[in-house]
Amino acid sequence: MAVSPSTMAAVRASGAIPQAEYLLNAENVRKEFPGVLALDNVQFRLKRGTVHALMGENGAGKSTLMKILAGIYIPDQGDVYLKGIPIRLKSPLDALENGIAMIHQELNLMPFMTVAENIWIRREPKNAFGFVDHGKMYEMTTELFQRLNIALDPESQVRDLSVANRQMVEIAKAVSYESDVLIMDEPTSALTEREVAHLFEIIRSLREQGIGIVYITHKMNELFEIADEFSVFRDGRYIGTHASTDVTRDDIIKMMVGREITQMFPKEEVPIGDVVLSVKDLSLKNVFRNVSFDVRAGEILGVAGLVGSGRSNVAETIFGVTPATSGTIEIKGKAIKMNSPTQAISHGMAFITEDRKETGCLLILDVLENMQIAVLQDRFVKYGFVQEKGITEACEAMSATLRVKTPNMEERVENLSGGNQQKVLIGRWLLTNPKILILDEPTRGIDVGAKAEIHRLVSQLAKQGVAVIMISSEMPEVLGMSDRIMVMHEGRVTGFLDRAEATQVKVMELASK
Amino acid sequence: MTSEQVTAKVTTPALGRRHRRRLPPEVNILLVLVGIALVFEILGWIFAGQSFLMNVQRLRIIILQVSVIGIIAVGVTQVIITGGIDLSSGSVVGMTAMVAASFAQASTWARPVYPALTDLPFFIPIGIGLGIGLLAGIVNGWLIAYTKIPPFIATLGMMVSARGVAKWYTKGSPVSGLTDQFNFIGTSIWPVVVFLVVALIFHVALRYTRYGKFTYAIGANEQAARVSGIDIERHLIKVYAIAGLLAGLAGIVTAARAQTAQAGMGVTYELDAIAAAVIGGTSLTGGIGRITGTVIGAIILGVMISGFTFLRVDAYYQEIIKGVIIVTAVIVDVYRQKKRKV
Repeated sequence: MAVSPSTMAAVRASGAIPQAEYLLNAENVRKEFPGVLALDNVQFRLKRGTVHALMGENGAGKSTLMKILAGIYIPDQGDVYLKGIPIRLKSPLDALENGIAMIHQELNLMPFMTVAENIWIRREPKNAFGFVDHGKMYEMTTELFQRLNIALDPESQVRDLSVANRQMVEIAKAVSYESDVLIMDEPTSALTEREVAHLFEIIRSLREQGIGIVYITHKMNELFEIADEFSVFRDGRYIGTHASTDVTRDDIIKMMVGREITQMFPKEEVPIGDVVLSVKDLSLKNVFRNVSFDVRAGEILGVAGLVGSGRSNVAETIFGVTPATSGTIEIKGKAIKMNSPTQAISHGMAFITEDRKETGCLLILDVLENMQIAVLQDRFVKYGFVQEKGITEACEAMSATLRVKTPNMEERVENLSGGNQQKVLIGRWLLTNPKILILDEPTRGIDVGAKAEIHRLVSQLAKQGVAVIMISSEMPEVLGMSDRIMVMHEGRVTGFLDRAEATQVKVMELASK
Repeated sequence: MTSEQVTAKVTTPALGRRHRRRLPPEVNILLVLVGIALVFEILGWIFAGQSFLMNVQRLRIIILQVSVIGIIAVGVTQVIITGGIDLSSGSVVGMTAMVAASFAQASTWARPVYPALTDLPFFIPIGIGLGIGLLAGIVNGWLIAYTKIPPFIATLGMMVSARGVAKWYTKGSPVSGLTDQFNFIGTSIWPVVVFLVVALIFHVALRYTRYGKFTYAIGANEQAARVSGIDIERHLIKVYAIAGLLAGLAGIVTAARAQTAQAGMGVTYELDAIAAAVIGGTSLTGGIGRITGTVIGAIILGVMISGFTFLRVDAYYQEIIKGVIIVTAVIVDVYRQKKRKV
């Protein structure tokens, strides 16, 4: 029987905490999103006074599990126990009141309020008249900061703080709830080494106070430095839990990528031509630096790396969406200053972006309107007038070739499935006859059938001499489709692997280097 | 892969058929217009003992009144389709009316603004008026495209400043004694002709030109449009420039109809124009809207005002009811958008 949050709060207040084996555990948790089984009967067991790391590739299910523990998602199945008592969390607030606090990757602070106001929001100390007692609030904050050894002015505005300091505020806020469980989602991704050291100090002192800490990370060395235990997830399934002293780096990587490549990738061996695109020392300030690579006609260059490694940013810069701060882009040996997508397109580039909904589809417009928009830049237009017959026929033909499943060309794109939306976008760019095709997560969130079709199509394009850059988080896709793989980590290129030598383990090593 | 190759492969273009199976959205709005007219017709027989519609004089007044708002609304519709808004059109009407009229005065008038520049041929004041409107529109567009301030703010600023120019221009006094040549455009049904020509031009532009396709694309998803190679900044300037130009044209027609210009001309016209567009099915979130809908929307507004006057409804009530109708139109639109999603 589930205990309501208020009962739980009463239990907490009375101090009569049952001595359960685990501080927090989840059993047989299942969570499905439309088209994706995010978690398949997973378990997770956190002991009191430990740091428990969660490991896994992108899409392994770590974040989903954490969001369930933090009350953001409600599981379809399974039970969550806090100190042995089953709980049902219905909202993040519910979780907070139960003593579970989460620090998100995207920080959730209000920039135009002070540090203290952010920490005590909704719980502000009040004076006799019911107004907020700012003096008391700043005092409480100072105390909290002393306890955590944080040197910040409670009265400064959050927007003036560095990312690292905002992180500290988030942690202080979580601690201020007197939480028993603290969930940290890649807390070091934006911190410098010194800041990381400080964070670890804080984590260790919290651990000594008996708090359980869930720590999501992609960084192997952090795991060995801070975590007592770790659990590995893969493709929404629970793989295992071990003490971090029992294993080696290679063991963990094997657990993370252990699956066999079972899907078929219709990669064809095609003659590789001349260098079409050459990027030298390309940098975008504070995002990525000194990225250099060549792509040849007929070649598929896979780009691997974790989310946030700068892969997509490089693609955007090459395509002129965010012009580079330094470095050169050469197309067929000619240096080009790429300042806008318009320019990139005029040089034969096409870019299928990562986020179909945000930067790809014109959702409220129809299939025809979506497909024709890029090619209208320089074809099918006479004296400003669109040649309706020509463009319609071209789009219908493209739609048939790509087997877009739509009742007709006038169907709104928002009513199509993800796979068909992706095909419409691919069609949009193929109509422009690109020489260089950049694909960012081309098969994310689409079903297996459509995936295979898109892979076949990409192979075909390479065969016809198109230079393809394919960014992907899906290891089998990268390994199966690429002639060469470029791996990125934290805004740097950490290495290139040829098709013959590339393995999942090697890619993962470079991606966390 | 070239698209020629792709095309060659396909032998069965049976897939998407070209015909729209849905009724065009204008049909609904047209039905609303017919319904409203019939209601007034019935109420007319009941309360006034006469027909509302069978009165050529009344219908003439309705379409004449609709014309000026309609010309503005054609421009505003395009702005709204891009996801923006133009609050400045009413003030631009006042500004262009004043400036254009000052170059259209007859030498017989006692105190012309420019004594040396009287009896000019009609195309000079009209050209100047259009130029002023265009300039105001370009400034709007430039501010929105390059400083990235919200269209609401940019055009609010223009609304206040353009009205200021209109008042400053003659220190508040009206400009009268206009030449017959200039006034001609406001006589008879010429305002209606101007309106219909403008509506036709931009109906065609939105549906059949690259300009139109890009306008819808920007409103549907600006980021996607940018990645697809559309020069968003340049296009937005074009759209706002057209809206300014049409507001300028409306200012000229207004002055010609009144045969005089006053600084207060066009006050709240921008709101009527926005209302016409919205009633006509233009979505304030962008990407959706048609000129035909806007024309019908403008007529609905005109019919309602005329109908209320005909029924001797107090002017205060008229405004209250007008507000209710605008809000209702948007609620219906929101509901319709929701239903269309599967």
